[in-house]
Amino acid sequence: MFYKFLLRRLMYVIPMLIVTTLVVFSLILIIPGDPALALLGDNATAEKLAQLRSQLGLDQPVLIQYGNWLLHALQGDLGRSLFTGEIVSDAVFSRLGVTIQLVISAMIISFLIGMFFAITSILKPNSWMDYVARFFGTLGTAIPNFWLAMLLVALFSVKLGWLPATGFVSIFENTGGFLQSVLLPAFCLGAFGAAQITRQLRSSLLESMDSDYIRTAYSKGLSLWPVIWKHGLRNAFLPVVTTAGLLFGNMLGATVVIESVFAIPGMGQLAVNSILQRDFPMLQGVVLVMVVMVLIINFVTDVLYSILDPRIEFD
Amino acid sequence: MQFRIILQRVKRERLAFVSLIYLLILVLVAFFARYIVPFDPEAQDLNQVMIAPNGSHWFGTDELGRDIFTRLLLGSQAAIQAGLIAILIPLFIGVPLGIISGYLGGIVDDLFMRVVDAILSFPAILLALGITGALGVNLWNAMIAIGIIFTPQFARLARGQTLQVRREPYVEAAKISGAGPLWIMYRHILPNIASPIIVQASFSFSLAILVEASLSFLGMGAQSPQISWGGMLHQAYSMIFVNPFMMIFPGAAILLSVLAGNFFGDGLRIAVDPKIKRT
Repeated sequence: MFYKFLLRRLMYVIPMLIVTTLVVFSLILIIPGDPALALLGDNATAEKLAQLRSQLGLDQPVLIQYGNWLLHALQGDLGRSLFTGEIVSDAVFSRLGVTIQLVISAMIISFLIGMFFAITSILKPNSWMDYVARFFGTLGTAIPNFWLAMLLVALFSVKLGWLPATGFVSIFENTGGFLQSVLLPAFCLGAFGAAQITRQLRSSLLESMDSDYIRTAYSKGLSLWPVIWKHGLRNAFLPVVTTAGLLFGNMLGATVVIESVFAIPGMGQLAVNSILQRDFPMLQGVVLVMVVMVLIINFVTDVLYSILDPRIEFD
Repeated sequence: MQFRIILQRVKRERLAFVSLIYLLILVLVAFFARYIVPFDPEAQDLNQVMIAPNGSHWFGTDELGRDIFTRLLLGSQAAIQAGLIAILIPLFIGVPLGIISGYLGGIVDDLFMRVVDAILSFPAILLALGITGALGVNLWNAMIAIGIIFTPQFARLARGQTLQVRREPYVEAAKISGAGPLWIMYRHILPNIASPIIVQASFSFSLAILVEASLSFLGMGAQSPQISWGGMLHQAYSMIFVNPFMMIFPGAAILLSVLAGNFFGDGLRIAVDPKIKRT
């Protein structure tokens, strides 16, 4: 039963994959005028233009272009950078690790902060702790992440000198250095998620703490914490799984801003640089890899949700 | 629901009402900025570089001695324009497509929803960046890109709402009386699904301000001499080791505007919900 369910979910991913690749490919179609001219600039020679047109397959019909591009992409060939000549897939995957470390750290921070605020706020509704949590939940979704980053850099790097303002150390090289370099960017990347989780978990916890099974648990003689932990959180967490899946895509996108602020050599910075250099194959590569990651995460959260929710049947 | 009743109900949501007033002032400032600014935004005064706020320069000056208050007022234009364009594009493209898809149903609807789902799985700001990059880096294209990335959300919302009302008696009645599908969608479905779409629009307005600021901060939106709060923050960031205070006001302007949009959206959601009783 479960495998059939998995298979059906997987079948759903395929049309999504087709449409997303179509969107990524179409980016080159919406360049106004002659893309080769736009990419190379006005003083390009006719020879160079012709060479780029054939490199990008621009001299062929659109559908053939897409087919070729997709066939190559499926084999992991995303072309070469127009700027450095580097192989796009190599460049993207060499930066993938950095971005994943950053996003996972941000996700952990979001969950820790979100759970902390949500639980403290429901202990005593309308107390000062509740107000702090609600204030945080409101502020965190509205504050521009790059401004938050600038404020924290001004405080912790410029004034106090505790944390580096830029750069990144991989966790596999030096754990202490990693923690130091990742703390500020991961917090700024995760603040939005932390606020979202606070809001969502708070309202679903309030709802679940008001239900019959919680009263039963109390009347069995359980004290506050076991009730929250075992009965309240467990049920309140289900909608958070879906939120976490959505947050992943959101954070992956936000790395373009955060990695630029902190000069972190990840995929987000690569995306920004490739636009500034009009390096289209590279941009398409980054966007494609990121959206495929999102599709994978959506698939995983979907499956996870149905495993966690006993009400969902697999046939 | 009538406009006046909605306004009355928004008035009762104090935070939402204050936010509405803030936003209206912001729109007025954006329209009349060039007439009310105290200084020439490009006038450099190298004797007064990065001075702290004082009586004549209310918010201080930047690294070229330009008045920050003046530039902040003019920066509201980019923010307001981005917010408006980013909701007009989905309202005029996404909503009609969503209604048609939901009303027709069947394979058209299936296909359409696959496309919408696929576009929604892109990290929004990354797609906006890609579209801006392709169209050409400037503020106008950035605003169009933001409008495009918001379109699928509106389409999905309109479609879902249409599914709920298309079997209602008044739609059936219109059908029997011989009304064509386009007339039904325009005259009977659209007015009945408008409330949640308007609420979504107010949240999208504030999100658009946020995304425009992010893109301009990255150098993908407003280009000098165009002024944008995001661009001002980019400039302030390069001065962070010299003078960190320059970043305070543009960032606060973005935060306040986004908060106002969100609060107004929250209040509007309560105001247009017929299930919530008037107290």
